[in-house]
Amino acid sequence: MFSPENLKKLEQLKKQFPTSKALTLPVLWLAQNQYGWISPETMKEVAEILQLPLGHVYGVVTFYTMFNPKPVGKYHLQVCTNISCGLLGAEEICDHICHRLNIQPGGTTADRKFTVTEVECLGSCGTAPVIQVNDDYVGGLTIEKADQLMTDLK
Amino acid sequence: MPETPEKLILPEIPGLQRIDVYEEHGGYGALKKAVAMKPDEIIDQVKKSNLRGRGGACFPTGLKWSFMPKQSPKVKYLCANGDESEPGTFKDRLIFELNPHLFIEGSLIAAYAMGIAKIYVYVRGEYAKWINILQAAADDAQKKGYIGQNILGTGFGCDFVVFKGAGAYICGEESALMTSIEGDRGYPRIKPPFPAQFGLWGCPTTINNIETLANVPHILNKGWEWFSAIGAPKQPGTLLYGVSGHVRKPGVYELPTGVRLTELIYNHAGGVPGDKKIKAVIPGGSSTMWLRGSEIDGVKMDAESFKSAGTAIGTGGVIVMDEDTDVLKVLTRITKFYHHESCGQCTPCREGCGWMEKILQRFLNGEGTMEDVGLLEDVANNIEGNTICALGDAAAWPVQSFIRKFRDEFEKRAVKSPPAPKPVPPPHLVTITL
Repeated sequence: MFSPENLKKLEQLKKQFPTSKALTLPVLWLAQNQYGWISPETMKEVAEILQLPLGHVYGVVTFYTMFNPKPVGKYHLQVCTNISCGLLGAEEICDHICHRLNIQPGGTTADRKFTVTEVECLGSCGTAPVIQVNDDYVGGLTIEKADQLMTDLK
Repeated sequence: MPETPEKLILPEIPGLQRIDVYEEHGGYGALKKAVAMKPDEIIDQVKKSNLRGRGGACFPTGLKWSFMPKQSPKVKYLCANGDESEPGTFKDRLIFELNPHLFIEGSLIAAYAMGIAKIYVYVRGEYAKWINILQAAADDAQKKGYIGQNILGTGFGCDFVVFKGAGAYICGEESALMTSIEGDRGYPRIKPPFPAQFGLWGCPTTINNIETLANVPHILNKGWEWFSAIGAPKQPGTLLYGVSGHVRKPGVYELPTGVRLTELIYNHAGGVPGDKKIKAVIPGGSSTMWLRGSEIDGVKMDAESFKSAGTAIGTGGVIVMDEDTDVLKVLTRITKFYHHESCGQCTPCREGCGWMEKILQRFLNGEGTMEDVGLLEDVANNIEGNTICALGDAAAWPVQSFIRKFRDEFEKRAVKSPPAPKPVPPPHLVTITL
């Protein structure tokens, strides 16, 4: 169930958009912030709140890469492997992280602490290679820095 | 001659992201000036300034604004495009971080000039931190009476809504951006009708890049004559060039348009580590045509010069690759990106990008033949121009230019004959007993 704060935010959002459908992305963000991911039940809940077909909500969740249709770990490590990061060794770093955590890209560790995802350009090519840890960017990554980062994340 | 405009968008003023500091440096003065002018006068000034869009297409901004109907029974909208997902581009994020009020002021002036009462700022979801910074700046501007009803006591009112994207490169395409705000999957729409006639919810809409709007206050403050004298005459002003890849000092450099590519790479970004030679440069974000290292001398960073060099300025995101780079691998990665980001509406793009990736992957696996190069080119040529939006073109251009310029890379790796196909196991027979 949506938290009271989220319901309040929903009322605010309604004033900003002329249609209920336009609230799909903002409400999915509220849901993901509350639950950590978008489960089939959450999709139903969002569809009911917005009075929209479930198929629409499902279509949106699966189109955008930032909505998680599966639970993610406490720390979501999103490693950019696009051009500028790739030129500076991002693939090796991604492989190293996966190897250390013993998971494949897209996977989550058994203790639910880390999820690793290979992502497209994060818009921080000047500090490549870059990794996004939840909402934070960490740039200038090396294998050593990645190791240190994983050790520091409690 | 005008004084050398060092940095218009990202001047080195500590604390400029705070509204009080911004105001101390003349901030919101252009908005005050604007609301005392007739809207048409503003559009005229922007037209004369020759300001061109900074999102990659270089469309003249004033002309775009003039397409908006003066009288409309429908609501009108302005969308500011901060989706910034083109690999190699990382400039708008710095505007949000270092000078958000300049952009806010510019977007309010644009709204006033076009008679718009609602601005949606579309920011990519990954920029969560910067969305908060922008929202905080907008809240401050609202408290000061620059946003909301009856701005500066003029009766002009305008709302400012920050919209968080959710991870889709295609939403940087203007029509996909609008379908995304409308709450759908980010599917581009066929044009015409153009957004100025049929945009958000079918209403007249203008979409401008963040950096484009951030130029507007300067044009009003100092006049179009001043602005149009900066940099390259046909595309005046400064640009936020992003330099990344194999350079000593990657980053965003604000310089006038028309600066030499070599000056940007060697003087500003510090040259290539180990003083290696440059093998290739992607000059304006991943969608633009590649240049060989030997071609970059004398090329200037503006739309016209780039056109004659056979490429495009795009978003000004320069990616440098040194002589040891496996450029074919880089091209494969770019193509994989477009395959991943294709929205899937148009068959040439949806299927073609995947086919191009597979063909390129064959070369990386040591299985590609020179016939495959012809096939690759054929696929690219059949994507270009055959899709609703420019993503198809953006996927085809790097491949086409690479084939023209780096044929030797294919030759180095090509095998004489493709490996024998793996034997297909005989079909499994199932006996059904009734």
